[in-house]
Amino acid sequence: MESPSNIVEIRRVSKCYHRGDLVVPVLTDITFDIARGEFLAIMGPSGSGKSTLLNLMAGIDRLDTGSILVDDTDITTLSETELASWRSSSVGFIFQFYNLIPVLTAFENVELPLHLTGLSKKERREHVEAALRMVSLTERMDHSPSQLSGGEQQRVAIARAIVTDPLILVADEPTGDLDRKSAADVLDLMERLNRELNKTIIMVTHDPHAAGRAHLIRHLEKGEFIP
Amino acid sequence: MIILKMILKNAFRRKVRTGLTVLAFAIAILAFGLLRTVISAWYTGVEASSASRLVVRNAVSLIFPLPLSYYDKIRHTDGVSTASYGNWFGGVYISEKNFFANYAVQPNTYLKLYPEFVLPEDQKDDFLRDRRGFVAGRKLAERFGWEIGDIVTLKGTIFPGSWDFQLKGIYQGRTGSADETLFLFNWEYLDETLKQIAPSRSGQVGFYLVGVQDPNRSADVAREIDTMFRNSLAETFTETEAAFIMGFISMGQAIIQVINIVSIVVIVIILTVVANTMAMTTRERIGEYAVLKTLGYTGSHTFALIVGEALVITSIGSILGIVLTYPAAAGFKQGLSAFFPTFNVDPSTIVYDLGIAVLVGSAASFIPAIQAVRIRIADGLRRIG
Ligand SMILES: Nc1ncnc2c1ncn2[C@@H]1O[C@H](COP(=O)(O)OP(=O)(O)OP(=O)(O)O)[C@@H](O)[C@H]1O
Ligand SMILES: [Mg+2]
Repeated sequence: MESPSNIVEIRRVSKCYHRGDLVVPVLTDITFDIARGEFLAIMGPSGSGKSTLLNLMAGIDRLDTGSILVDDTDITTLSETELASWRSSSVGFIFQFYNLIPVLTAFENVELPLHLTGLSKKERREHVEAALRMVSLTERMDHSPSQLSGGEQQRVAIARAIVTDPLILVADEPTGDLDRKSAADVLDLMERLNRELNKTIIMVTHDPHAAGRAHLIRHLEKGEFIP
Repeated sequence: MIILKMILKNAFRRKVRTGLTVLAFAIAILAFGLLRTVISAWYTGVEASSASRLVVRNAVSLIFPLPLSYYDKIRHTDGVSTASYGNWFGGVYISEKNFFANYAVQPNTYLKLYPEFVLPEDQKDDFLRDRRGFVAGRKLAERFGWEIGDIVTLKGTIFPGSWDFQLKGIYQGRTGSADETLFLFNWEYLDETLKQIAPSRSGQVGFYLVGVQDPNRSADVAREIDTMFRNSLAETFTETEAAFIMGFISMGQAIIQVINIVSIVVIVIILTVVANTMAMTTRERIGEYAVLKTLGYTGSHTFALIVGEALVITSIGSILGIVLTYPAAAGFKQGLSAFFPTFNVDPSTIVYDLGIAVLVGSAASFIPAIQAVRIRIADGLRRIG
């Protein structure tokens, strides 16, 4: 059977936050699709709800109304535990501040998601080495995050994001904390992942350079997409 | 596995903080161990002294005597190993305020019944040979500066007159409960004198002391003795020395209660110290826990990470505390030998120490762990940067 061409389907999603008695709408009635193999950039002013939307798609936040289908799974109906195991197999995360675990080596950080799979130690090692090769950091795998530059840390984070071969990669300002050169490296890498491995990438960014690498740019403002 | 590795690494990330917490925990364990040892040293004394000895007295009252003729019957009662007898002499040394207990006793059997009174062999021989001899406990002799050969005069209150004694020996206590303040002299001296000055009062003893072969049968032996003299001129009342001493230590019970409360207070204090450390630690790592959850790790992983880290800290503290307890107890033993000749750390204390590590570790980290489990991922991630 042919898999559907849309990997993410967002249907009438709304979300608000509560500050005391005040209800702050963050996303209002958003509907859109992301095609399989897409490299999408979401831009917009600070506070427009970009991170919130990304988090919803990645299953780390809950919406108020609507539904989100990822590869035909309605993730809004999953329980916390189901969602956790879904995340571990289906989503790769790249954060602005890399978010590596400081007490673990690069290798161990990349290996982290694999502990939740049934892979043997040997298989895990093979996967981790393949992922580190992808980001050209095999020779730094025994270093701890504090011994790596920001760009290198972000590449380790990317290796960690792809090591489980997830359905989608979500990146929240992946170059936001990097210098120009490192940012370019990271973006090159993401482009390659998209082109060579056909990974679907959803990237939130403020940086027009970064957004320029994507196939498609969408603008979010006050919780709504603007054409 | 990876969780275990992270627990261990996390525990030593903040070396100073962890070190101080471990040290505080070790000191608390040390204090707890010593307090428990004080309590057990206290009880050891009571238990050792009294279990195998009975006191036989006149059923009417302690002030009425018993005939010496009972001695052979008591001695040959089934289950009796040794019997001795004596009188409360009630003599006064120079003035009333110098109070100490003084007894006329049958010396040979008395010393046999009280193996915890250690008297050098030669001093013992001298004591047994000389009717006017007496022995004093180490503390009593020190109190008045008596030395072997000194003549000590007691003024009789129950038995009139002025009585001269010569110090023949100074005994030391072998166990904690051993009373080192007694003045013991030969019952024969009392009786011989009474034969001359008050013949009607001779041939009588204030009490018999009975050693039983099997402490478990003390009650039977006591009953048998009392039955033997039922309906005789002087009925007896026999009770264990334990019963006698328990009355005496009821005040000690209150002190033990206080020590127990202090032990609990120590544990509560260390609980708050560890809880504070864990609260700080957890707050710092909220972002990391959120990252792990993002990757698919669950609340129970987070819970294990936090509680595990606390347990590592308390376990190390506990082991350090246990290691310190032994030399500290040995030091106490030296310093407090007058009060607690037995001051040994009971193995059960180690079990308690480890139990406290588990209990305090879990309790101190429970609330931070629950908070970390409950925090929403998106909120946790927001704390980074
Ligand atoms: N947990 C929360 N509680 C209350 N308000 C929140 C919470 N999370 C986000 N918000 C609010 O929701 C709005 C959207 O937040 P979001 O982080 O999605 O914005 P963003 O577009 O990613 O902004 P930025 O570019 O600064 O990262 C903001 O006004 C923010 O203050
Ligand atoms: Mg954002």
